Amino acid sequence: MDLKGKSAIVTGGSRGIGRAICLKLAKLGADVAINYYPGLKEEAEELKKEIEKIGSRGYPIEADISKMDEAKKLIEQAVATMGKVDILVNNAGITRDSLILRMSEDDWESVLAVNLKGVFNCSQAVAKYMVKERKGVIINISSVVGLRGNIGQANYAASKAGVIGFTKSLAKELGSRGIRVNAVAPGFIETGMTQGFPQEYREKILKQIPLGRFGLPKDVASLVAFLASDEASYITGEVISVNGGIIL
Amino acid sequence: MDERIFEKVKKIVSTQLSVAEDEVKKDSSFVDDLGADSLDLVELIMALEEEFAIQISDEEAQGIRTVGEAVDFIEQKMV
Ligand SMILES: NC(=O)c1ccc[n+]([C@@H]2O[C@H](COP(=O)([O-])OP(=O)(O)OC[C@H]3O[C@@H](n4cnc5c(N)ncnc54)[C@H](O)[C@@H]3O)[C@@H](O)[C@H]2O)c1
Repeated sequence: MDLKGKSAIVTGGSRGIGRAICLKLAKLGADVAINYYPGLKEEAEELKKEIEKIGSRGYPIEADISKMDEAKKLIEQAVATMGKVDILVNNAGITRDSLILRMSEDDWESVLAVNLKGVFNCSQAVAKYMVKERKGVIINISSVVGLRGNIGQANYAASKAGVIGFTKSLAKELGSRGIRVNAVAPGFIETGMTQGFPQEYREKILKQIPLGRFGLPKDVASLVAFLASDEASYITGEVISVNGGIIL
Repeated sequence: MDERIFEKVKKIVSTQLSVAEDEVKKDSSFVDDLGADSLDLVELIMALEEEFAIQISDEEAQGIRTVGEAVDFIEQKMV
């Protein structure tokens, strides 16, 4: 399996799962546009260097993907610098956990703005380009929480379930143009997003994971790389889980 | 009907729908004669918007079913 000659964009690519995805795609030979949230330039530059060590090219591009104009510019800039885009990975995401009775309107709106509208923003901009090219791959990072719900995460679960409906619709709309659209639903993965969990909660979750450990960012990255590659050329509209068998 | 506009539209339609230019007649229907699907229609409208630097609303687009209708619409928009 390789991605030689392909160009990819990974949103929120400078850390966590996004970072692992950038590295994996680069390792397989792809050029990677590393989108980073304003303020994370150093992280993205450091990753660019690491990608260059592997022998590929990394291009940090700043953008808040929850804003349509910035998302559009991100796609335009990526096409301009890499000459094309074959793969978009919508990875950027945030949590603002709270029980529904305490959830503020802002908790709701900010999570939906990044996790769902951000996916719309970037996908629409890239679809306009891919439709002309008559090919392309879009991979959206959903979550086990979007499939099964979770206490304290009604906003996040709604956004991630929304991503699944969005993914399936785009797969239908764009399939005739050679564009594949899939979602990946990770379970609990060791990143900044899960590091803050209290110890008891971690242990409680661990008991529900048959493989007996939290996932690593590279576990998700391997699946994304497979879906991005031509090895997956007959897979579209799917939601694939990578969660250690979790029983949530 | 403005022949220069027609010639440009013909070119765009032919590339967008992968049909020979001489198949594109003024009374050709995009869907019935030239085999366009719904996504083709959207792409076509977007290509026309870009070429002629005009805006075509969804409602207006609904009324554009033939090559001639597209040319007439563009002519009106451009004056
Ligand atoms: N960690 C997990 O257990 C887990 C499980 C399931 C799904 N996910 C999903 O995986 C994705 C990556 O999460 P992670 O665990 O690496 O978290 P993380 O917090 O380490 O990374 C999220 C990245 O998104 C970026 N980001 C946030 N808002 C942005 C915006 N408006 N514009 C651009 N970038 C923005 C952040 O800067 C960061 O780089 C997210 O979509 C998350 O919901 C994570």
